[in-house]
Amino acid sequence: MALELRRKTHESIVYIDRDSAPRIMPKGEDFILEDLPIGTRVIYPNPPIKGLPNREAAIRYAVNNPIDSKPLYAQLEPGMKVTIAMDDISLPLPPMATPDLRQTMLEVVLDMCHANGVDDVHLIIANSLHRKMTEWEMKRMVGSTIHKAFYPDRYYNHDAEDDLGLVALGETRHGEPLRINRRCAESDLVIYLNINLVPMDGGHKSVAVGLCDYESLRAHHEPQTIIDSDSYMYPPDSALNHKVHRLGKLVDEHMNVFHVETALNNKMFADGYDILTKNEDEFSFADRMKWEAMRRTFSKLPRKARRKLLHEIPAQYEMIACFAGETEKVHEKILERNYEQYVIPVKGQCDILITGIPDISPYNVYSALNPLLVQVMALGYHFNMYKGKPLLKKDGVMIVTHPCFDEFDHNFHPSYIEFFHRLLPESRDAFYLREKYEREFAENPAYIEMYRRGNAYHGAHPFFMWYWGENGRQHVGKVIAAGAENAHVPDILGWDRADNLTEAIAMARSYKGRNAEITMLHQPIIGLAEVTD
Amino acid sequence: MGWSYQNTRMFGIFLFFNQYPFRSAILVIMTVKSQAASFYDLEGTLVSTNLVHTLGFYAKRQQGLLGTLKKSVGTLAKLPMFGITDLYSRNVFNEYFFQSYKGESLDRLRYFSDELFEEVLKPAIFEGTPDLIAKSKKLGHIQVVVTGALDFSVKPLCDYLGIDVYAANRLEFVNGYATGRLLPPVMASATKAKWIREYAEREDINLSNSYSYSDSISDLAMLSIVGHPVAVNPDFRLKQTAMQHDWAILDLK
Repeated sequence: MALELRRKTHESIVYIDRDSAPRIMPKGEDFILEDLPIGTRVIYPNPPIKGLPNREAAIRYAVNNPIDSKPLYAQLEPGMKVTIAMDDISLPLPPMATPDLRQTMLEVVLDMCHANGVDDVHLIIANSLHRKMTEWEMKRMVGSTIHKAFYPDRYYNHDAEDDLGLVALGETRHGEPLRINRRCAESDLVIYLNINLVPMDGGHKSVAVGLCDYESLRAHHEPQTIIDSDSYMYPPDSALNHKVHRLGKLVDEHMNVFHVETALNNKMFADGYDILTKNEDEFSFADRMKWEAMRRTFSKLPRKARRKLLHEIPAQYEMIACFAGETEKVHEKILERNYEQYVIPVKGQCDILITGIPDISPYNVYSALNPLLVQVMALGYHFNMYKGKPLLKKDGVMIVTHPCFDEFDHNFHPSYIEFFHRLLPESRDAFYLREKYEREFAENPAYIEMYRRGNAYHGAHPFFMWYWGENGRQHVGKVIAAGAENAHVPDILGWDRADNLTEAIAMARSYKGRNAEITMLHQPIIGLAEVTD
Repeated sequence: MGWSYQNTRMFGIFLFFNQYPFRSAILVIMTVKSQAASFYDLEGTLVSTNLVHTLGFYAKRQQGLLGTLKKSVGTLAKLPMFGITDLYSRNVFNEYFFQSYKGESLDRLRYFSDELFEEVLKPAIFEGTPDLIAKSKKLGHIQVVVTGALDFSVKPLCDYLGIDVYAANRLEFVNGYATGRLLPPVMASATKAKWIREYAEREDINLSNSYSYSDSISDLAMLSIVGHPVAVNPDFRLKQTAMQHDWAILDLK
């Protein structure tokens, strides 16, 4: 048995044996060491692909040699109106070490605009209904020189509630409306600078979603689309992607978009923290010392200090590809590189899936991972990171490790609080919530102004977070929150709770049987499980 | 406003009686209040000025240089006392504060009210105020200002902002001159909430669907009686309270 267990089907997959080391798991802002049952399959992230040695040169090459499009310099003419749109702070995760890749792309593109006599240039963050970025975050993203030259008149966040700043492009043949940022729609050229961290990002989603309004978004950010997406992290099988694709066609009919996409490797942590993605069986003495130092430091710190510490650690992502030109063709090329980095072949589904929930999500940069975001990370992101078929069998058990604290950020997530405490106790039915309450939240004047003038997520955003977990919710038989520090948060989410992972596994086995196949996603991981029988 | 068909959602329920000789159906019409309103405090919430700015404006417009000087210096000297009484109780503050208007003529107060609006109140409207009111109107909410400010100063501002109804404090006048007292009901603290409750009852307004906006902890009662309380540019105590109760906190500045 033991020898058989030691077999390696892929370099990122490890089976737990009698003498295997315990595994490090994230639990919110903390990390815990857990012994797993013998036979448990542990999936690690693939080793990072080596980054391109000169990313500025690669970007310059891409814009000068685009796919199915004239080179950027050939499209620029003096006196024309150009808008450069870019992804917001939700990408990449955690925020990358400076200079941010967007800064490098901007330096190349702005140089080219200037050299070709284009002065009317605006920089817009395509935040859609996400929170607007703060000035400090905006400065960090583009560097102080660009910030000084453009902020605030020509460098700003998209406002999905500014009626005068939006213009309707029409409807798709399926009746999906699209209203988009007026400055972009009326520009002679829109240059979109994208960072593709997961396969769901990029492509037509950049403009058609990042720069639209609530009415446009609700046509595809809805429960049935999510249920029909198998999964939304794999575009060919994603109903969400198909809808966005149709909207993208509408964009192409009305606007001239030059797309610059980049793919990153998965080098999330600097050397000091690389143990978090490493196979524990291969830890050196130095690695064990690093872990001990980290564990002891974290154990001495209160939660908020741990959170701050984690948010201060910039990611070490490197660019592995850059393509520019026509949106779809560019996106295809980038997806190929994404899959190369992320796809992990996995043989067989599991009955019990264990996944730690780290304090990393697109929606809690510099704030707390509230219960709704814990839900979206578990049943949304972690569940959907597959290609072909889910890693977890239908009606399987998902075990998540997180304290499930009842904490919300009042500035960033005000509408989440009402959604969680007022609506979820009434119903967890996504269709019911959409019908009865989504518009009420979306039109709440206070939430609208908090989104527009402050840094709050749009009033409708918590609904999208709930829908985001809908295909996971429909598929999973039971979710157990291991180490939840209270009973009411798991209860409101419709989950069971356990004091620790051992108890959670025992509960899951009582549900799925003693021979249940267990798999653990070694978080934090950006990986796409390609599951075969 | 009274009862109106548009304001009220009607539910028809058929009750069936199947036992002979009572086999019949009765349609029972039930009405549920569905009209909502947005109740705003004014000063500090929609505009940056407070009662003292208005008093200061009138102090500067007394008859004769000596009168202006005397009133202006008197107002300045009272500032610390205004602060102390306001900290202690809004009702005590009102009693003390409005004494400063004693002797002012009704004609004069009304005559300068447009100037007060143009010079003091209009520039003090917060940047986000028109947008907030526009979004609220889009929902069909009745716009109501409930303020401790004086009625003659509030009217032009409400007209300008498109506010439908306002409830403000009124000075008592005898022979055309202010006595320094307020006519009841004095709009402050719990009285605002009482006025809102009575207004809602009278106009068939559903308070659970309504919004209240204020910047001050003294309006806690007014915020607490609606389904959607919002702390706007809140003072420290209100901000703490809003966070404890998970109320929305909005900055209109």
